[in-house]
Amino acid sequence: MSGVRVLVGTRKGAFVLTSDGKRKQWDVHGPHFGGWELYHVKGSPADPNRLYASQSSSWFGQIIQRSDDGGKTWEIPGGEKLPEPYDPPGGMSNNFIYDSSTETGQPLTTHQWYDGTQHPWEFKRVWHLEPSLTDPDTVYAGVEDAALFRSTNGGKSWQELPGLRSAKGHLWQPGAGGMCLHTILLDPGNPERIFVAISAAGTLRTEDGGRTWQPVNRGLKSPYELPDPTAEVGHCVHCIARHPSRPNVLFMQKHWDVMRSDDAGESWHEISGDLPSDFGFPIAVHAHEPETIYVVPIKSDSEHYPPEGKLRVYRSRTGGNEWEALTKGLPQQDCYVNVLRDAMAIDSLESCGIYVGTTGGQVYASADSGDSWMPIVRDLPPVLSVEVQALP
Amino acid sequence: MSTIRVILPAHLRTLARIDGEVNLEMEGPSTPHAVLNALETRYPMLRGTIRDQVTQQRRPFIRFFACGQDLSHEPPDAPLPDVVSTGEEPFLIIGAMAGG
Repeated sequence: MSGVRVLVGTRKGAFVLTSDGKRKQWDVHGPHFGGWELYHVKGSPADPNRLYASQSSSWFGQIIQRSDDGGKTWEIPGGEKLPEPYDPPGGMSNNFIYDSSTETGQPLTTHQWYDGTQHPWEFKRVWHLEPSLTDPDTVYAGVEDAALFRSTNGGKSWQELPGLRSAKGHLWQPGAGGMCLHTILLDPGNPERIFVAISAAGTLRTEDGGRTWQPVNRGLKSPYELPDPTAEVGHCVHCIARHPSRPNVLFMQKHWDVMRSDDAGESWHEISGDLPSDFGFPIAVHAHEPETIYVVPIKSDSEHYPPEGKLRVYRSRTGGNEWEALTKGLPQQDCYVNVLRDAMAIDSLESCGIYVGTTGGQVYASADSGDSWMPIVRDLPPVLSVEVQALP
Repeated sequence: MSTIRVILPAHLRTLARIDGEVNLEMEGPSTPHAVLNALETRYPMLRGTIRDQVTQQRRPFIRFFACGQDLSHEPPDAPLPDVVSTGEEPFLIIGAMAGG
């Protein structure tokens, strides 16, 4: 390994952090797209220099950016200035149109609003970009209002996978951050199987490449959020994670509760165990130890900061229930930041690295599976997402 | 053929890699709709940032001005003032005020 590249999305731009395999000295490049919200930046597993970024603004809407040189330069796919005389417009990289056609789509109906009334489906932004495991030009986008889109031309145009909305979409509802599709898990051994997670609908799975979907939420309990605590859909799932070697084992950070499934989501059981709080946003799995998982407990659904003002990443080496606080190098007093759902990442170096970005603008890294931490950058805008690439 | 001058907000100038004003050569009547069509044809990366790509509705936090007048709520096919059509005055696209 020659090094690592950390991709950080913030409220006011994107940053690219690079280091060698020791992960002690870091160079910070950015801001890219200064002044815009960068909900997510992620690299292609098939080509580490191919990056995708979701750039958005309440004023100007959604933009998709792409880099082919590891983040040094960026372009809007298909958005090049046209030569004179102007040809017909080129790409449609920011045109996310729900497919309601009679041929391939699903009727664009309504979903539940906060007060239980029905509300029209409206595109707002891209929360998460998930590049294909094998093709740099294929990438999935999880959007608000919740839907899944796919591009097969490097982000120039996008097509919805509309079957997802037919999985009881009328019962989905927005969480505090909006009704977003925020997690996309692709299966390295089975390209037909995809998991997604939506706040607040739950986890859904396809076995046919995205044509049809089924909710997989049995075992989730949401007694304070839903009139039927064990409803098939409606749960506020914050994040799910999985080790690539065990495609049927899923770990979930729900609004409240940390959960586990050993049967590809058919059933879930709680593994919160001795955590100081089972509320939180991200969850991650160690790169080389499939039973080692990480969460960042947050005090409550209204108090979005760590319990006792101590930022602690918790690690379980037993697949849940038994947790240990990781504190060395993390602030242990007067710390009231949050770690958002896409703001924890794992690298695949031999000594597994973990990265956590906070709403206070710090990114903390551990190069020893979480035993010790150091800030690799301290004063960014609020961090929305963190991804890491191990570079060949 | 007329030359319409368009002034964009800073974020959109950055996005389109434009310094200063945009000069658009246009045929036919000058209207906000026609100006935006010409702008988006020349700079495809701006599509969707000023108006919705499907409905063509102005984005909520975007406003249009010319000659000191707010044209944001005028019909998109209403003619622009003559001095805008002749290039004496620019067509301004402005992000709504926000912040402290």
